[in-house]
Amino acid sequence: MSLKRMWSLFMARSLEFIRDRAGFGWNILFPFLLVAAFGIAFGTDAQKQFKAGVFPVTDPKPALETVDIPEALKTDPSVQLVFFKDLDPALEKLRHHKIDILIQSGDDKAAGGVRSTDKTVVRYWVSEASPNGALVEKLVKAAVVPEFFLDGRLHRQAVPGTPVRYIDWLFPGILGMNIMFSAFFGVGYVIVRYRRNGVLKRLKATPVTAFEYLTAQLISRVVVSMTASMVVWAGCHGIFSFQMQGSYLDAAVVFFAGTVCLVSFGLILACRGTNEELTNGIINFICWPMMFLSEVWFSIEGAAGWIKQVAGFLPLTHFLSAARKVINDGATLSQVSEEVMILSVMSLLFLFVGSRLFSWTR
Amino acid sequence: MTLEQLILQVDALEKSYNGRPAVAGISLAISAGTCFGLLGPNGAGKTTAVEMMENILEPDRGRILFKGKDRDRSFKQQVGIQFQQTELMAFLTVEETLKTFASFYEKPMPVNQVMDLCMLEEIGNQRNNRISGGQRQRLLLGLALINDPDLLFLDEPTTGLDPQARQHVWDIIKRARSRGRTTILTTHYMEEAWVLCDTVAIMDKGRIIAQGSPKHLVQIHCADMPPESRNLESVFLALTGKRLRE
Repeated sequence: MSLKRMWSLFMARSLEFIRDRAGFGWNILFPFLLVAAFGIAFGTDAQKQFKAGVFPVTDPKPALETVDIPEALKTDPSVQLVFFKDLDPALEKLRHHKIDILIQSGDDKAAGGVRSTDKTVVRYWVSEASPNGALVEKLVKAAVVPEFFLDGRLHRQAVPGTPVRYIDWLFPGILGMNIMFSAFFGVGYVIVRYRRNGVLKRLKATPVTAFEYLTAQLISRVVVSMTASMVVWAGCHGIFSFQMQGSYLDAAVVFFAGTVCLVSFGLILACRGTNEELTNGIINFICWPMMFLSEVWFSIEGAAGWIKQVAGFLPLTHFLSAARKVINDGATLSQVSEEVMILSVMSLLFLFVGSRLFSWTR
Repeated sequence: MTLEQLILQVDALEKSYNGRPAVAGISLAISAGTCFGLLGPNGAGKTTAVEMMENILEPDRGRILFKGKDRDRSFKQQVGIQFQQTELMAFLTVEETLKTFASFYEKPMPVNQVMDLCMLEEIGNQRNNRISGGQRQRLLLGLALINDPDLLFLDEPTTGLDPQARQHVWDIIKRARSRGRTTILTTHYMEEAWVLCDTVAIMDKGRIIAQGSPKHLVQIHCADMPPESRNLESVFLALTGKRLRE
């Protein structure tokens, strides 16, 4: 093993990445744009998860006191009201899941409404094929129950400790996802391209060994991904003021372990093959399920047991679990030692398999 | 010829792809300090044969000795290779590429000396993805020379070069020979083989069908031809036929 050769290969690959402005820029810009988009999406109207259509209302932005629906629905922070003049276009929107429920304002039969003799009756339409519809229907039902009926039956308690905003929960996921893409495409895809166009064959003709080459690729990508993540973190922190509950050093250790593991996984994808399209397909085939099962965007809490078991085999799951524990919950390194250990074992396994299967030319 | 004078010995080398023989039992003995040419029509098995000698491909059968011994880890320190088709790392400069490759070897030539030898000084700061085809060929030759190899493999090194650049490559090969270095050259240019090679072997259908010095081959195979046709190309066509290949 020659450190001199590894250093040269490390420098060559790192320079390649940094000078490829399009690729480098996208690595920084992509997570930043995602965080920014989610920041906007989950900012001021973050809690408005349900869309309730109300008709007949002629004014697209009416004064709420003129709308005759239960008061609780008008002020419910999770409900966004969308107003329609007539029943038919509103039903069309409901049928296509553009709104989750449709409520009649008052008992005016004009515009297709249904006349009621009882002023307290709230008429609504809901699609049985809409999961959100079933939930917002419960909100409508709750809205007609008088407050005094609930007194003594329910006892509200806030979550102890500092509440975690969705954007704070999401941020480690986006960084992890970006590292995953960077590892798979920046290592897996690039090495397959080098194999196809003969760069690897040229290196095979030199004294460089597969171990030296793969180690240099691994270190280069880890350094580049960690640096890019720090830049994204600093930039996003400046805008969104992320809450960091744990230590930055512990977070760095977790990100290092996670990045090494994902890059090692990328080396397995790169160990054979000369077909870039096939590699692209395989990478996407692995990335997309991993994104969802590893909880990049949403929690899989409550999912079937076998789904959680599958997620347990994915490196990103342990990476994000540890990262969120440190960033969101203030966990120390010893409290995430299990995840770090799993990532380390997986890294060794991936490196062993990747180096055993690696071929310069096939 | 003693074993010490032979730099490469190839014995009964075979290689098949999907049951189809690409190289069907070739044997060669190449003397140190000479230029050996491997000629043949497209698909004759030249590149496969050379890549087995370079240790890029594993032979199915046969033996290859370098300086009288089986090739070991030191083999790659002592050979330089220019492949027929190779891309380079696109965003590195010509000089950085040479420096990177120089770092792979125990005793590399100074990079500026290689740049001077291959006339690369003017494009030293240019990135590999911005140099012309001829410049790229010169850089690939520079990479093959960077370790001052005892044995130089050149697979069609002058393909696509203009006459000036071709002459320049010839000068480099002649200079290497004058310094006691050995070159194994594959080429489709008979004139090139005539000018450069001490010995040529003509391959067809995976076998060596003729071997000797260019003059000797012409004497043997062109004896009945008019004087103006007595050349290596006539030998080549007489042995391999005029039917188009591939």
